[in-house]
Amino acid sequence: MRKLAILVAALAFAPAAFAAGGGGTASWQQWHAGNQLGDRASLQRGARNFMNYCAGCHSLKYVRYQRVGTDLGISDEVLKENLLLPGAKVTDYVLTSMPGALANEWFGIVPPDLSLITRSKGSDYVFQFLKTFYADPNAATGTNNLALAGTAMPHVLSDLQGVQRAVFDEHGAFVTFEAGVPGQLSAAEYDAFVRDTVNFLEYAGEPAKLQRATVGVWVVLFLLLFTAIAWLLKQEYWKDVQ
Amino acid sequence: MTDISATADQEIDQDRRRFLTAATVATGAVGAGFALVPFIKSWKPSERARALGAPAEVDLTRIEPGQMVIVSWRKQAIYIVHRTPEMVATLGPDDAKLKDPASDSSTQPEYAKNELRSVKPDYLVIVGICTHLGCLPKQHFERGEAALGADWPGGFFCPCHGSKFDLAGRVMSGSPASANLVVPPHAFRGDTLVIGVDPQEGVA
Amino acid sequence: MANVTTTAAGKGGFRVWLNKRLPVDEFMQSQLVGYYAPKNFNVWYFFGSLALLVFVMQIFTGIFLTMHFKPGELTAFDSVEYIMREVEWGWLIRYMHSTGASMFFIVVYLHMYRALLYGSYKAPRELLWLVGMCIYLALMAEAFFGYVLPWGNMSYWGAQVIVNLFGTIPAIGPGLVEWIRGDYGIADATLGRFFALHVIALPFALALLIVLHLVALRQNGSNNPDGIEIKANLGADGKPIDGIPFHPYYTLKDLVGVGLFLIAFAIIVFFVPTFGGLFIEAPNFEPANALSTPAHIAPVWYFTPFYAILRAVPDQQLGALLMGLSVVVFLFLPWLDRSPVKSTRYRGWIWKLALSVFTISFLALMVLGLLPAEGTYVTLARIFTALYFGFFLLMPFYTRIDPVKPVPVRVTYHA
Repeated sequence: MRKLAILVAALAFAPAAFAAGGGGTASWQQWHAGNQLGDRASLQRGARNFMNYCAGCHSLKYVRYQRVGTDLGISDEVLKENLLLPGAKVTDYVLTSMPGALANEWFGIVPPDLSLITRSKGSDYVFQFLKTFYADPNAATGTNNLALAGTAMPHVLSDLQGVQRAVFDEHGAFVTFEAGVPGQLSAAEYDAFVRDTVNFLEYAGEPAKLQRATVGVWVVLFLLLFTAIAWLLKQEYWKDVQ
Repeated sequence: MTDISATADQEIDQDRRRFLTAATVATGAVGAGFALVPFIKSWKPSERARALGAPAEVDLTRIEPGQMVIVSWRKQAIYIVHRTPEMVATLGPDDAKLKDPASDSSTQPEYAKNELRSVKPDYLVIVGICTHLGCLPKQHFERGEAALGADWPGGFFCPCHGSKFDLAGRVMSGSPASANLVVPPHAFRGDTLVIGVDPQEGVA
Repeated sequence: MANVTTTAAGKGGFRVWLNKRLPVDEFMQSQLVGYYAPKNFNVWYFFGSLALLVFVMQIFTGIFLTMHFKPGELTAFDSVEYIMREVEWGWLIRYMHSTGASMFFIVVYLHMYRALLYGSYKAPRELLWLVGMCIYLALMAEAFFGYVLPWGNMSYWGAQVIVNLFGTIPAIGPGLVEWIRGDYGIADATLGRFFALHVIALPFALALLIVLHLVALRQNGSNNPDGIEIKANLGADGKPIDGIPFHPYYTLKDLVGVGLFLIAFAIIVFFVPTFGGLFIEAPNFEPANALSTPAHIAPVWYFTPFYAILRAVPDQQLGALLMGLSVVVFLFLPWLDRSPVKSTRYRGWIWKLALSVFTISFLALMVLGLLPAEGTYVTLARIFTALYFGFFLLMPFYTRIDPVKPVPVRVTYHA
């Protein structure tokens, strides 16, 4: 029994050990998105943020507008008025109107589909990425990014965040950010903006996540009941065995 | 036997065993039943199927009088005929030659259960699937067309088994089919025809 | 037994009619009620029946996934997302299948470890062990093919690495690799054949092997934690004194095991389906990309002990050979172990030390296989690889000098 426990513990800790294996510990890498999938208002704001700032270049090719509406409590009318891209129907997938070839010409790369970005990279990564743009005169877009160095993506949120400056030490290691061009939002407001957006992307990565845990609680409770009854029955019969 | 029979019979609480057995079987059966639900439901039309089966919109300004267009809705061919007044005039007098002139034993929404089988006299909207065995009836709109006889009023002829329908999709006597062509739910929104919704439905 | 006849008569018509045509009662009688199992099974004896349960669940969920999955390099990834999002409850069926794959290996590893603990592979159960090992090998192939199907980037590069292992075979290697792939890289043709093997060939082979495994089990009956042959002590009625009818005693006990297992299973499926990236790896949410290898490429956790051995060896051919050997060596266990005693309970300190070292090595290699092959990790992997093989290769020697204890005549059981 004890060996079993050790094995289970080893399996449980393996991912932790795996995570600890990676890279340095500059503070921005410790930032957590801290988004709450249960916060429907945040998801709705996130959907709006995505459609306003991201959908011009990035699609969510596995996500239908209407499903977003159903899951986030947005009516078809509000979807049509506020969220649909021009020419789209509510039953369509969220596809960007930017042609891939044009994007390739502008950025040298087709902006990736973001349906699964939080699943492949994690919500924290997206949070860190959106917060670590900094002014870089050598970059074609005028900005660079700590989470994705040399990104071809311009800082599309610069009017909200402003453009911060990054301070590096003599070895080229990141030290801290300092204020640059100010934006419309305060630091806290910008964090909330990014958090909502990440929240929506996490939802888009796995819409079933909203209902999964709710169903799971009932299933586990039922199985506990079943196991208890089966155990009583087993105990009753095993009285025979001396 | 062995140790098992030592305690057997005198100390065994048979009632408790029967009760617990029944409880375990019942709980297990309920659990199995619930466990099957997701698998059964996974056979329902998926979100994609439902999105593809969403109401289809047709721009009526692009259909000239006397013309027919075919659109696909829920894997079915939908015939939309822009009937001219002359075509409408052919409907009605031949009642005696029809199997179900009042559409009593045919399928259509209540608002299309009339002589012209339509909401507007100008437009006929029907499912282009023969009610006999499912072929696509062909359009033969010309009156007295040679192959169909001098008294042919214009309508649809099914090439598979020879069923004949008039310009309201009503089946003619002597056809193997016995019901009129089905009218799907449809509504007019200005110059747009929406197939798959009823007129009063979803009007914002 | 008296029960059965009275019930059969009591139910009257149909049961009699049925049994005349199909020996249902006779089968139940001979295979469940009349089959005597040692009464001293402990928690380690749950995993055989649980493995069977997982197999049935995998077949069932697999059939439903096959209805929606579209093998093909342009369709596979999309169809998995289609299942996860657009098929009603599709996410549950997919997570049950992906969790089931890992759980299958958990219960099979524990089942195999039980055999190590109590010497279940020793005479007269050598063939039972060999058939079991064949099941394990088939299961590895089944899991590998299944892992490729979602066509994520880890699927693709996993297939690339594993298939290339066959390229290390002298002379025929390169031609063999091309034949397995059916193309000049991992491609549509590869996916198609892996799909066919995953959904038809290997499940069929597994089912046959499982039947063989059960037949071989019934021939000599189960071993037990004391490693005593219960058939050696028969009562006046000719039944083993230390045995109890499999039904109802072990069917009911296994049912409790099933309940506990399903609780753990449901917790994973509903609350942590990716299990922190161990059961479903994050890079597999990116579609297969022949131009970009994921940063940390590692197989799923159940293959990592062998993968760590592959990486520990600084020679391509020798590494592949040792990796193959690390799996195949289990086949020889019945003949490597020369101890007169089956159960660890009555073995001496040498065996207990060796088994502990092996246990630690296996788990350490499992963790190391998940970590990048850098610095101390490589050194550690080499040490544990040596210990791993030492356990097997030195076994004929240390099991002979191991100071064993006397084995009791009757099993240990406290009601």
